[in-house]
Amino acid sequence: MLTTDKSSHRGVWILGEQSKGRVQRITHELLRRGRELADKRRTDLTAVIFGHAIDESDLREVIERGADRVIAMEAPGLAEFLVEPYSACMLRLLAERKPEIVIAGATSLGRTLMPYVAVKANAGLTADCTVLDIEGDTGNLLQTRPAIGGNILATIKTPSHRPQMATVRPRSMRPAERTAGRKGEIIRLVAPAESLASRIKRVAFQSNEEKHALQDADIVVTAGRGIKKGENVKVVEALAKELEAALGASRDVVDRGWLSYPHQVGLSGKTVTPKLYVAVGVSGSIQHLAGMQTSEIIVAINTDPDAQIFNVADFGIVGSLFDVVPALVKALREGKANDQ
Amino acid sequence: MRILCPIKQVPETSSVKMDEATGTMIREGVEAIVNPLDLYAVEAALRLRESQGGEVVALSMGPPAAMTALREVIAMGCDSAVLLSNRAFAGSDTWATGRALSAAIRKLGHFDLILCGERATDGDTGQVGPGIAAFLDLPVATYVGGIDEVDAKHIRVRRLVEDGHEVLDVELPAVLTVVKEIGEARLPTLRGKRRARAAEIPIWGPDEVSAPREEVGLNASPTRVVKIFKPKVARACRKVVAKDESAVQAAVGELVAFLKSKEVI
Repeated sequence: MLTTDKSSHRGVWILGEQSKGRVQRITHELLRRGRELADKRRTDLTAVIFGHAIDESDLREVIERGADRVIAMEAPGLAEFLVEPYSACMLRLLAERKPEIVIAGATSLGRTLMPYVAVKANAGLTADCTVLDIEGDTGNLLQTRPAIGGNILATIKTPSHRPQMATVRPRSMRPAERTAGRKGEIIRLVAPAESLASRIKRVAFQSNEEKHALQDADIVVTAGRGIKKGENVKVVEALAKELEAALGASRDVVDRGWLSYPHQVGLSGKTVTPKLYVAVGVSGSIQHLAGMQTSEIIVAINTDPDAQIFNVADFGIVGSLFDVVPALVKALREGKANDQ
Repeated sequence: MRILCPIKQVPETSSVKMDEATGTMIREGVEAIVNPLDLYAVEAALRLRESQGGEVVALSMGPPAAMTALREVIAMGCDSAVLLSNRAFAGSDTWATGRALSAAIRKLGHFDLILCGERATDGDTGQVGPGIAAFLDLPVATYVGGIDEVDAKHIRVRRLVEDGHEVLDVELPAVLTVVKEIGEARLPTLRGKRRARAAEIPIWGPDEVSAPREEVGLNASPTRVVKIFKPKVARACRKVVAKDESAVQAAVGELVAFLKSKEVI
């Protein structure tokens, strides 16, 4: 087996992301994960960001949110994500600085760059982790993720290779708190020209006209298979409208074509952390729970008293959604009228 | 244009059992299908062959039963297929899977394009496609939802990202991983099914693809499953049963009061 000398690797890294020179929210979420791991391992936390002309105050904010060091590797050719220059630059940094752990967001960037780099670095990589922890003195990263179609959780280790690499879902963690004046080191590096070759050119970008604001919503109301028919989406939609909530869907509902993919909440859809999550007719498969269980308050409505969704709910109503939801809409409306 | 499609056979139902000792999946007794996203990749490959000419080869790694999956994509229109199947490959993680598949692809000769599904519905990692690209040192475009143009040296694709789509010009040879938006997969034809039944699909082990034993399977996998478990109950749920109309009214009233007390409405 091709293994690595573990003793020469130290430190926790997170892979930050920027867009047009501005550091993105996922970076701050990763700082919370990274800080916990670095503290447990009694080591330091480095944020690595590739880009061009990255905003200085944003880099300082990364320090204030928990990094001991920020490495900004910059070149015009790194302004946007391209797998070859990004991986060449990252492999260079990994070889020079030898971190023990590298965490990235499970974004379109992270899910492309990390597997490409992991192969070339001969490193282990675990996708979509929901829990990360450190094992005693071995320093092994304990990576827990939903497995086998999301029916079970698996804890995965990388016993003899370094670095240990993992991706975590965006929005599965709140951004790290900011402590004004926190001290750290900002290192700006110019990317070496020989690392910038790319056989892919980005010729255009078209932003979505239709915004599916699922991930930014304070309240999400989700329809599950319990709605039985596509036309019954409107029952759940009425509740979403009354709560001014975004409309979510379970995988079953999307697979049946009752709602479109951008509505999907779960491991194979979006992860959400709203203030209130209302699951209507959702059974609560592990793959669904992986996308919503960090919501602040969870309400479930289901006919099956043993449905798994009740295990993560704060408040549950066991009953037919076709009776409960219209009654709830009415009660909310009356409540509003009484308040005025 | 010579195109390769790596495909995976996955369990049809979500009721899969695990081997607690090894942390791997028990595949016996579960109906198996071709990973749905791989079918989109096969569809995209067949369309390219229709417009550009050439050949589509399917490749899979798995138990001998995965032969069925390869026959299914031949029935859709793939020209030929190869199965990587050997005990030595068992327990592969995504690194070792990429290693074995890329060895087989090298052995199969030059390809202009390798078209993969974005992820498999069982493992849900999406790591094997980019991994193959890294082993073969090819460029990779992930989340491809459309192909706009293609010639002998380039392919122009739409890559779906969080807030829109990128238009990428990719030099061939290259690896693409595709998502649903690339287009509905065709059904096998009767003629295709007959051809699939008659097709000879070679079975290769590590020796046939010149992969050293220590670089395949569980022993070559950097990651290890150390524990599998059901998640613990996370919250104490206040559960109200609402069987008849008055119970519904009471439950709804209590819920509204609860939401008000939490200041979410």
